[in-house]
Amino acid sequence: MTQKPASLFDWNIIGPAIADAFKKLNPRLMVKNPVMFVTMVGAALTTVGIFTTESALRGFVAQLAIWLWFTVLFANFAEAVAEGRGKAQAASLRRARKDTMARRLQNGREVKVPAPILQKGDLVVCEAGDTIPADGDVIEGIASVDEAAITGESAPVIRESGGDRSAVTGGTRVLSDRIVIRITADKGAGFLDKMIALVEGARRQKTPNEIALTILLAALTFIFLLVCVTLKPFGIYSGAAFSIPVLVALLVCLIPTTIGGLLSAIGIAGMDRVLQRNVLAMSGRAVEAAGDVDVLLLDKTGTITLGNRMAVGFHPAPGVEPNDLAASAQLSSLADETPEGRSIVVLAKEKFGLRAREMHELEATFVPFTAQTRMSGVDLHANGTQPTMRVRKGAAEAVRGFVESAGGMFPQSVANTVDEISHRGGTPLVVASDMMTLGTIELKDVVKGGIKERFAQLRKMGIKTVMITGDNPLTAAAIAAEAGVDDFMAQATPEQKLKRIRHEQSEGHLVAMTGDGTNDAPALAQADVGVAMNTGTQAAREAGNMVDLDSNPTKLLDIVEIGKQMLITRGSLTTFSIANDVAKYFAIIPAMLMVRFSEVAPLNIMHLHSPTSAILSAVIFNALIIITLIPLALRGVAYKPMGALAILQRNLLIYGFGGLVVPFIGIKLIDLIITALHLA
Amino acid sequence: MSANAIQAGLFVIVVALLVKPVGAYLEHVFERRHTFLDPLLLPAERLIHRLIGVDPKREMDWKRYSLAFGVFGMVNVVVLYFALRSQAWFPWFFPKVLTTPMTPDLAANTAVSFATTTTWQAYAGETTMSYFSQLLLAGQNFFAGAAGLAVGIAFIRGYARERTTTLGNFWSDLIRAILWVLLPTSILGSLMLIAQGVPMNFQPYTIAHTLEGATQTIAQGPVAALELIKNLGTNGGGFFNVNAAHPFENPTGLTNFLELLAIVVVPAALTHTFGRMVGRPRDGWVLFWTMTALFIAGLVACNLAESTMHPAFARDIVGGNMEGKEQRFGIAGSALAAEVTSNTSTGSYNAMDDSFQPLGVAVPLVNMLLGEIIYGGLGGGLYGMIFVALIALFIGGLMIGRTPDHLGKQIGPPEMKIVALYTLVAPVTMLSLTAIAVVTKPGLAGLTTNTGTHGFTEILFAYASCFANNGQTMASLNANNLFYNMTTIVAMLAGRYALAILALALAGRFASMSRRPPGPGTLASDTITFGILLAGTALLLGALSYLPALSLGPIVEHFSMHP
Repeated sequence: MTQKPASLFDWNIIGPAIADAFKKLNPRLMVKNPVMFVTMVGAALTTVGIFTTESALRGFVAQLAIWLWFTVLFANFAEAVAEGRGKAQAASLRRARKDTMARRLQNGREVKVPAPILQKGDLVVCEAGDTIPADGDVIEGIASVDEAAITGESAPVIRESGGDRSAVTGGTRVLSDRIVIRITADKGAGFLDKMIALVEGARRQKTPNEIALTILLAALTFIFLLVCVTLKPFGIYSGAAFSIPVLVALLVCLIPTTIGGLLSAIGIAGMDRVLQRNVLAMSGRAVEAAGDVDVLLLDKTGTITLGNRMAVGFHPAPGVEPNDLAASAQLSSLADETPEGRSIVVLAKEKFGLRAREMHELEATFVPFTAQTRMSGVDLHANGTQPTMRVRKGAAEAVRGFVESAGGMFPQSVANTVDEISHRGGTPLVVASDMMTLGTIELKDVVKGGIKERFAQLRKMGIKTVMITGDNPLTAAAIAAEAGVDDFMAQATPEQKLKRIRHEQSEGHLVAMTGDGTNDAPALAQADVGVAMNTGTQAAREAGNMVDLDSNPTKLLDIVEIGKQMLITRGSLTTFSIANDVAKYFAIIPAMLMVRFSEVAPLNIMHLHSPTSAILSAVIFNALIIITLIPLALRGVAYKPMGALAILQRNLLIYGFGGLVVPFIGIKLIDLIITALHLA
Repeated sequence: MSANAIQAGLFVIVVALLVKPVGAYLEHVFERRHTFLDPLLLPAERLIHRLIGVDPKREMDWKRYSLAFGVFGMVNVVVLYFALRSQAWFPWFFPKVLTTPMTPDLAANTAVSFATTTTWQAYAGETTMSYFSQLLLAGQNFFAGAAGLAVGIAFIRGYARERTTTLGNFWSDLIRAILWVLLPTSILGSLMLIAQGVPMNFQPYTIAHTLEGATQTIAQGPVAALELIKNLGTNGGGFFNVNAAHPFENPTGLTNFLELLAIVVVPAALTHTFGRMVGRPRDGWVLFWTMTALFIAGLVACNLAESTMHPAFARDIVGGNMEGKEQRFGIAGSALAAEVTSNTSTGSYNAMDDSFQPLGVAVPLVNMLLGEIIYGGLGGGLYGMIFVALIALFIGGLMIGRTPDHLGKQIGPPEMKIVALYTLVAPVTMLSLTAIAVVTKPGLAGLTTNTGTHGFTEILFAYASCFANNGQTMASLNANNLFYNMTTIVAMLAGRYALAILALALAGRFASMSRRPPGPGTLASDTITFGILLAGTALLLGALSYLPALSLGPIVEHFSMHP
């Protein structure tokens, strides 16, 4: 999965894709795509036309037929390449799914059975070295698991019973310890199976927008079919008998073959891009819905802030030198391996140049944090067993007790500073040395770099961000303001999340959220786009419609962009395809009319060499443009977060106006070439 | 040219000034809010409701609304058919001058034609219709126009409403359209026309002796009664054969201006009614100005084309192509009428389309082929343009990366099916019927005067006109025969009922949806960019569908005339 996305020109993919392009000529497959089906029928008619047409035109009709078949094959090739990229990924997944033996628990005894016969609800045991036989929940024990098979991440992850990290995936390997797993998926319905099916496109269902677009394209195809069919009697009336191959050429040029040929490739490639980001979307519909989302519920921790609070300042008590406070704070944290503790050491070094000292040099012993004392620190022993000096840092109330019990006092100004820091959304830690209150360390949630800009972009895209946190409202408000989210939910419970989602939806919004715990499951299911973390519980993974294998909540933003990109690519290529028709008309209509009405010569504004060269050039352009645009279809149209109007103007200019102009140039060039080669 | 420009400019300005008050008035009428005519009309409305047993509070879903609309039309067709067939038994029948036999196919064609606001006239009024029949037809102008307006309003309600199945009560909307809109305006307008010299009498035709000693029969009758409603209801069927070119129908420049205004005002104002009812007036204005931009473009094109003439005459005549035009209207007045009438499903032209330059007649032809989306017929014009907007919004919506919607109503697969069908009806009907006509004996038999490219244009024009429920004609096509009477009926019914029912079906779906609120991420339909996209989509779709046909008609004719 994290293997590098296959390059666009990988022969391992292109080779089989060429073969697949021919296999896909099966009419039963072709009929699913009305535009290309009509093209194929046209190609067949023209092939017959080679033999029925007068000998002078035989070469021209034969060339037409060849290029019409190419048009169909190019479209099939585009789809095959897109599928091929998925197949390569599927192959690597398959290797992980080799059938193993499972140690099923039956009445408390282990029995070896083949993995495929496991059923939902069975209990199995896995120990170090075992491959987990099927998806399940850990119900007993804790183990480190290698999930590289699905995430590509080599670092082992912890899976344990009870908490929010209980889900295990079939095909992953237990590295240490022993766990008992309750199987949650039958054979063939497991996570890996779903993933393989999705990657291969086997279960690919058309998304609503794709269906709607297909309807529109079918309607346009029908109109053009009618235009060309009625041209036959119109021609008879006018004394210009238009031949079938020429009418077919006109038809194929007019019907939206560019988008029709690339439509399914765009969809497959879009899903592929989601997978390359290590997100497993259960359906294309979910990815598309992500593009429509206009409310994002984001967990504060991990998404908006770095996971941990960091020291950002020292506030000395009256009469205490800042340097002394920093020194004591550093001392108290030297052996504190928590991220907060380390951040204090770093801050002291940065601000006061205090180098970290070694604990044993100071003959200090570390006093770890406990829930009872709510403090941590060091005891210094100068040549003795009794501590000569005790340095502590901790919550204000705890330190007050510590100082006062030693006979010292807790200054009012320190209490005030503590309150101020709380109001700012920070966490105050008071430092004391025996009976002396030295001052306060300010810890803060650190908002991720660049996140504010990202939210500003989202706002421009019309997406509202809501921060979810268990913090008190005061802290939450401060962080929300700093991160630039539009709204926040403090002290949020799962029920409140669910309520909030329902409320937003009732106002017509589409909501996306991330979650991992079992109690997130209802909200994940209710949200239009629910992204479950792979580290989460099985319940959460089932409830969401996407699973993020990296368990990185920020990924939601990427998914939104991919969803939009999929639609934009379809819309832009449709516009391009339709706009192309204008130039094709200017190539073909004069050519058709010239035979009978030489006075329309001025309409041949491209000065194409002859009627046959004009028609052939248009058909060749029409075929080549498909192959030219395959990379764009697979990559997707570039998406920059900006307002809807700006995007529209930009894409209208590139694909609408560009679509008008490009074929004039392209057809003229092709005409020059085939004239030079005496092909027409 | 400057005089032309002033006249056209004045027309556009007056229309633009009227859009807001008229649009607001329409909203008040159909949302049952207070209007200044209420004291007079509410009792009348109550009386009619009681007489025909209508409860306006009993609303209809889209199927019932369509059914009521269809049944009402069919009843009108049947009544008209029998009345016309038996017109000899009714008063004011002058057998001496009414020489065209009222054959079953002509009666059927006329009945359908008036019930669909097409008023395609395969006959000459003064030699076919008794005064009684003319009055019946005038009454039908009210009914058909009002029914179209009702559908337009029901369509708007689909956007304006949320989570409901109903679109209003057809009968109530119909009655309101007649009482509050058509009747008062017609009375006022007819009086103004009478003041300008339009006759209103029931006397037999006058036999006059000319100075050269010849005798001349001067047709007359209750012209003023028909004249205004034929325009206001976007019907257009004239009292006389030459329609608004006749001095009794349209005696002065002022009547010309008033009659054209009567055509455009209500359809144009419906854009504003739409904007108000959906709570987004700017959307209405963008529709209006997009229509107006296309209107002006067509007008300029028609004026330019008509300012040229056949090269064979260029040595002897100056001043452009006056063949088939009235001196009192000139090129500007004629082109304005052609542009107005061909856009609004109103066939009351005042100059002979058949005598226009090839590119000159291409303008009204294209207007009709586009589906009369520039202002358009009463009711139909608005939804015609909105269906184009839905295609533009669909592709535009994809282009910005969002599931497309219009005013918060999503355009998903079921909606797209309706839009696709709507888009198909026009080319299927017009191109197929033309294709049949140009290669069959009875079809070709209609070409009694012209053949070749001009004849082709005449036939295409006839079906475009009938499908668009317009009714104007390139008059050299002899259409009073079984073939054309029957095939044009098909076109008229498809253009009226297939489109209206699809529009109501879409409105029904939209009404049942809730509305997604607009935001910076949604494609706004109230910007200039959208207006350009809309106009571009309309022109592109039209060009792609009809360019081959047009090239075999006016385009080749143009190049062979002006080498």
